Amino acid sequence: MFTTASTTSDKILQMFAAILLFAAAVGVILFAASRVAGKRDRAVAALYLLPTVLMLGVGLLYPGVRTVYQSFFDASLSNFIGLDNYTKIFTDAEQLTVLRNTAFWVLVTPFAATGIGLLYAILVDKARLESFAKALIFLPMSISFVAASVIWKFMYEYRPDQRNVQQIGLVNQVIVWLGGEPVQLLIESPLNTFLLIVVMIWIQAGFAMTVLAAAIKAIPDDIIEAARLDGVGPWGMFRFVTLPAIRPAVVVVMTTIAIGTLKVFDIVQTMTGGRFDTNVIANEFYSQSFRSNDKGLGSALAVVLFVLVIPIVVYNIRQLRRSEA
Amino acid sequence: MTTAAPLTTTPVSKSETKKLSAAASAKNKLTSPWASLAAVVLAVLWTIPTFGLLISSFRPEMAIKRTGWWTFFSDPEVTLDNYRAVFDDGGINLADFFLNSLVITIPSVVIPLCLASLAAYAFAWMNFPGKNILFIAIFALQIVPLQVTLVPLLQLYVKAGLNNTFWTLWLSHSTFALPLAIYLLHNFIKEVPSSLIEAARIDGAGHVSIFFKVLLPLLTPALAAFGIFQFLWVWNDLLVSLTFAGSPEISPMTVQLSNLSGTRGTAWHLLSAGAFVSIVVPVTVFLLLQRYFVRGLLAGSVKG
Repeated sequence: MFTTASTTSDKILQMFAAILLFAAAVGVILFAASRVAGKRDRAVAALYLLPTVLMLGVGLLYPGVRTVYQSFFDASLSNFIGLDNYTKIFTDAEQLTVLRNTAFWVLVTPFAATGIGLLYAILVDKARLESFAKALIFLPMSISFVAASVIWKFMYEYRPDQRNVQQIGLVNQVIVWLGGEPVQLLIESPLNTFLLIVVMIWIQAGFAMTVLAAAIKAIPDDIIEAARLDGVGPWGMFRFVTLPAIRPAVVVVMTTIAIGTLKVFDIVQTMTGGRFDTNVIANEFYSQSFRSNDKGLGSALAVVLFVLVIPIVVYNIRQLRRSEA
Repeated sequence: MTTAAPLTTTPVSKSETKKLSAAASAKNKLTSPWASLAAVVLAVLWTIPTFGLLISSFRPEMAIKRTGWWTFFSDPEVTLDNYRAVFDDGGINLADFFLNSLVITIPSVVIPLCLASLAAYAFAWMNFPGKNILFIAIFALQIVPLQVTLVPLLQLYVKAGLNNTFWTLWLSHSTFALPLAIYLLHNFIKEVPSSLIEAARIDGAGHVSIFFKVLLPLLTPALAAFGIFQFLWVWNDLLVSLTFAGSPEISPMTVQLSNLSGTRGTAWHLLSAGAFVSIVVPVTVFLLLQRYFVRGLLAGSVKG
């Protein structure tokens, strides 16, 4: 039951065994709770929270603390080396490229995805076929980053510029149609990083659109009508009515996308594997921890990632507080 | 209207208001062809990449390699060979990976839902010391990036002898899901009027029967929303699977597809068909359960 399942029936059996095991655990807890019921909430609550606290403690809290500790050790985790891993992240040329690329990602993606999502939400608001139009933009959100990367890698495909060779990637074909020469899009740095960012924007714009469209729908009609009576034009309507009303939603969307972007791994791993100067922190973490086996440096990169998430979360919470006040 | 001076001080009458707003909406309509055009352009831009790969997945291998997919419309050739090739035994074997994805995903949705329901109920309707601090602590765990946990978790799994089994993925995905699941379900359970709970209590119901008879039916939308979100999260995950399930016996489709893209990056007949096999499930879920889907996705978008 706790071994590697290799045949189809093994796998399915093991799956049901796992579900049953947890169902049985819940059953035992409920049974025990019904025995002590009527006495005190305290005992029942302890039983209900036991599996959660156990799993979060062992599976999240302990590994988190352990990673911080390990980030002060060398590649094999046997010698304490102080802050050396962190020094490397902020001075080593290769690591600086990683940081630079991550900065590109986090600075570009939230603004671009939110801008496009907002524009589209306004354009299709109350339009005919609104829900169909929204579904088209939203669909990329439902597929895996891996599938999205394959889709875009095909868009960026390059064929050498020779007679009898046709481009099969649409982007290079458009370049050729416009009279240009085909480009090795995923190899040219720093262009390639921005082309990977396009994939993230393509995925996240649907998320931004959905949240912002809901926020726009929630603006009271009388405010819009009053502004209209004052002769406010479409641009003024956007600038002085829509935007202030949906500001909290915009903040939430931008910070959410920023956090997701900071942790982007799948796209880089699938499209370039971090080569050609496209590496980012989350991918470098994976390479160092599990490919190069420098677990100390990998841990330090994970900690840097965590530290970078915190200010975004704090900003988000402060903005939410302000809008509630 | 000839006497109507621009500086009139008389309040605007009702009929005039109507005229004005009609004029305003007429003005808006003037801009709308451009707005429609922009919307259509964006929609086309957003659809073309997927559409191109979809068309390619039905073109013969040679055609994909030699000509762009847009030539399909002047020279249509359709085949299912690519889909046959990805399911071929001894080749890409996508059927095995499809099964793995299912086997990984189903318990990873069911387990956290069960455990989170229990915990959320305790937080919402029971009193015990340290309740608020514990709740805030669990809530705060949402922001921890998964990367921070992976190296020590792998060490733990190796020590426990679970290395290279589905258990690594079930346990990891379930654990990572708990903070969000508890938070969402707690918010939902909290909204249930306390009179309902009190009434059940007066009838002599204990916590167990209150949970199953009163709360569970009311919780269905929240469970569905979170369940769908978690299903897609696990189905689409690459990082956790790559870390714990590198071996092909247990790895899901995302890992196989990502590897294929790295090792056979130009085998577009396989990549295109493989990508669409992996897309079928989430897109079906999306189309069938759009309402719950959007709700779950919006609620869980900070995760990871």
